[in-house]
Amino acid sequence: MSPWHVIVAAVLLALRGGRRGPEPEEPVDPRERRVPYSSRAQLLVAVLLVLAGLAGLGFSAIYLVHPGHETQWLGLALGGAFALLAAALIVAGKAVVPQEVAVETRSQLVHEQAEQEVPQLVAEGGEGLTRRRLIAGAAGVAGIGVGAALVTPAASLGPNVGERIDAIPWRRGVRVVDERGRAILADDVPPGTFVTGFPEGASLRDLASPIVIVRLPPSTIHLPEGRSQEEWAPEGLLAYSKICTHAGCAIALYRYPSFRATQQRPALVCPCHYSTFDPARGADVIFGPAGRPLPQLPLQIDPATRELRANGGYSASIGPSWLNANRGGA
Amino acid sequence: MTPEPGRDTVRWIDERAGASPALKAALRYVFPEHWSFMLGEIALYAFLVLVGTGTFLAFFFESSTAETTYHGSYAPLAGERMSLAYASTLRLSQDVPGGLLLRQTHHWAALVFIAAIVAHLLRVFFTAAFRKPRDITWAVGVTLLMLAVLEGFAGYSMPDDLLSGMGLAIAYGVAMSLPVVGGNAAFLIWGGEYPGTHDFTTRLLTLHVFILPAAIGLLIAVHLAAVIRTHHTQFRGPGHTERNVVGTPTWPAYALRSLGLLSATAAVLFLLGGLVQINPIWQWGPYEPYLATNGAQPDWFLGWLIGGLRLMPPLEIHFWGLTWVPNPFWGGAAFPLVVFGVLYAIPWLDRRLTRDWARHELLDRRLTRDWARHELLDRPRDNPQRTALGMAFFA
Amino acid sequence: MRRVALLLALALIAPGVALAAQPDGRALFQGSCSSCHGLAGRGVRSRGPSLERAGAQAADFYLRTGRMPLANPDDPPVRSHPAFTDAQISALTAYVASLGTGPPIPRVDPTSGDLAAGRRAFTDHCAGCHQVVARGGIVTGAIAPPLQQATPREVAEAVRIGPYLMPRFTRRQIDDGTLNDIVRYVQWTKHPDDRGGWSIGNIGPIPEGMVAWFVGLLALLLVIRLIGERSPR
Repeated sequence: MSPWHVIVAAVLLALRGGRRGPEPEEPVDPRERRVPYSSRAQLLVAVLLVLAGLAGLGFSAIYLVHPGHETQWLGLALGGAFALLAAALIVAGKAVVPQEVAVETRSQLVHEQAEQEVPQLVAEGGEGLTRRRLIAGAAGVAGIGVGAALVTPAASLGPNVGERIDAIPWRRGVRVVDERGRAILADDVPPGTFVTGFPEGASLRDLASPIVIVRLPPSTIHLPEGRSQEEWAPEGLLAYSKICTHAGCAIALYRYPSFRATQQRPALVCPCHYSTFDPARGADVIFGPAGRPLPQLPLQIDPATRELRANGGYSASIGPSWLNANRGGA
Repeated sequence: MTPEPGRDTVRWIDERAGASPALKAALRYVFPEHWSFMLGEIALYAFLVLVGTGTFLAFFFESSTAETTYHGSYAPLAGERMSLAYASTLRLSQDVPGGLLLRQTHHWAALVFIAAIVAHLLRVFFTAAFRKPRDITWAVGVTLLMLAVLEGFAGYSMPDDLLSGMGLAIAYGVAMSLPVVGGNAAFLIWGGEYPGTHDFTTRLLTLHVFILPAAIGLLIAVHLAAVIRTHHTQFRGPGHTERNVVGTPTWPAYALRSLGLLSATAAVLFLLGGLVQINPIWQWGPYEPYLATNGAQPDWFLGWLIGGLRLMPPLEIHFWGLTWVPNPFWGGAAFPLVVFGVLYAIPWLDRRLTRDWARHELLDRRLTRDWARHELLDRPRDNPQRTALGMAFFA
Repeated sequence: MRRVALLLALALIAPGVALAAQPDGRALFQGSCSSCHGLAGRGVRSRGPSLERAGAQAADFYLRTGRMPLANPDDPPVRSHPAFTDAQISALTAYVASLGTGPPIPRVDPTSGDLAAGRRAFTDHCAGCHQVVARGGIVTGAIAPPLQQATPREVAEAVRIGPYLMPRFTRRQIDDGTLNDIVRYVQWTKHPDDRGGWSIGNIGPIPEGMVAWFVGLLALLLVIRLIGERSPR
């Protein structure tokens, strides 16, 4: 016990010192029974009950007539009916029926006799069991085996172990398209804007699909070791997974200064817990709880059509971390 | 014998069930009269409203993520692709007569249900009514709180709207963050990588309509049985001893008042359900994993967790190329584990700290009136929840 | 004779008065804007950007929403009462437009916009900062304002400019038709469909939780205070 506990216990003991143990029997007998005999209260109860009934009928009437957008009236009618009923019951319970203060003795919870007999009875049931260790061991085997059998079907809930999803829909050359499947061109992403892209032909719902594309002045970009701007950020175009590496929300906020001298630097922000990522620095975490940067997707610009294509897979595992998540060497 | 309808009825029951002594005991059971003893009843009655309204909703909700195109009356969603889960909730809210009233009442009832549980827990805690022989009752109660929170989360996640969809993504992130087993656990629950199997909403439905209500119902029965077996506690007062209970017998006064409370609870919930809008899913729109909205929050009873998740610094434990503790674990799993662990341990902690192992029937009024003193004792225990609630509200 | 002289005097003064009523954009600029944006609108280091490519579009937006002039260059520009009259704003806008090659005030027609397409586009591009029914939101280090006060023209201007920390959207990403859709949706958010009752701000679970505790549970607390006893008997 720390000194803190000692002080606290001492204070409590000092307070309760004089009050330990059961109270001495008070000579006061609190029992009483009082019948209100109130005609007015009974009339009030009757009126409230009738009004409650009318409100209930009102509810049914409104429901059947269905004038449209009547939720508020229905609520008032039904709520009103219950409120009137409540009032009737409470008035009856407090001002009509006999008001009584009764005393009930608590039951004894401890039963000395039975507490001795129960274990004896249980033990007697084991007469004849001479090879206890054998039976106990065998019971253990049965328990584990049958118990496992009962739990095993839960595994059907999950995918087959061999089906773990490591395949991602991005590979070198896959076109970047928008929600409607139209190609995104390099010139669709001037500085200051942010665009959501998907791999052509893939499901939009796949967590690995959505990316955020922004364009920054190449001189301001500093990517981690091993990522050259030619291969990862042509013309200053940067693509990162749109799924936050904290808990999996979509990164739908982009902060872009119109005047850098007095305003904060560009940042991708997640609206759930405000993890903030610096796109100029490989989506490094600059604020918030995310434990690792956003995975980056390298881009290439098709020389003929200026379409954006992936230049490889992500730099790390997308979405929330787990034991085997690839952290990208960061 | 002259026919007496009352006695004849009871005889009829007795001949088959021998129940008249139990009936007599039930009619004469004494309830203490203090108003704070009725907080648990508010929770119970809110649960009844939940079951009633929920049964209605279950007839209309379609728990499939199969896609459909909206052709209903709500213009901003015209022609929109959405899951059947979302579409059926829309239809319930806009086209089924009384549907929106019952849906909103159901959601308000959930919020008030958990609020009443918390208020009841606080009353029991501050009056130390959790002491022996009621420590089991307390443990059952804490379990009920946990199940209620889970049930509420499952419930509002079923319509597959943008707001609750974001919440499910975070739940996935937290599941993934469980050390070592997280990846497998998350894949098991979701049936694969998020957003998971096409019938994930059916899993939520099975949890929310079958498993959890049955568990909660069963535990409520156990909780009430325990309360009756140990009998209510009572405050100190004239004629109140450690060996008796002074109060109002069930019949007729207390039964009527309690039924009145049931009615009042239904009244408040239906009035809220009709007059105050809650979770207008048509405004949020259908969920897609690549969409997000600002201002997304969980329902109030999970606010403490979003606070925990936001406030945690960006710490992940990783070495040897493996991520042993991803960040959401701290705020999303460890934090609630600690809080609930402390809650479960309270009767034991109290016994140890006050060195008082006796049975208690009288409530310690000092604890309720003397705020300074119980703050001393309770700050270590209450701190996680109060701080969390504060964090949640700030978030 | 005296009447003729009076009329003649008035006739001579009138043009002068008329000219004085016509605000001088350049003079206004020198007086209110040049300390941060430079005498010729070329910008001042660490105080204000160049306005060469701002155009009438940006000037109109910032001036009409009262975001400019800004007292302190480090302050976030927020919506406030415009510092100039309509006529002065027109003059200033014309002057700023003349400084370079910036875009004109965009044309916008919300009535031709499609509400459902607008909701979709707004959710895709805008809801992350401004919230799904445009009630505003928070970004790290800034506030995205609610849009109920924005006029159609202001919405269109903001989308194209990307003022302050907001990103900008060119016609390649949001074409004029989609912009009309978005503007139509933003107008709709002034009076969203609140068929469920009191909307408590349209911002979701936080006000809902407050109502559950401070209206719902409070009402029931009052009921049990009524039913039960206060001091233990």
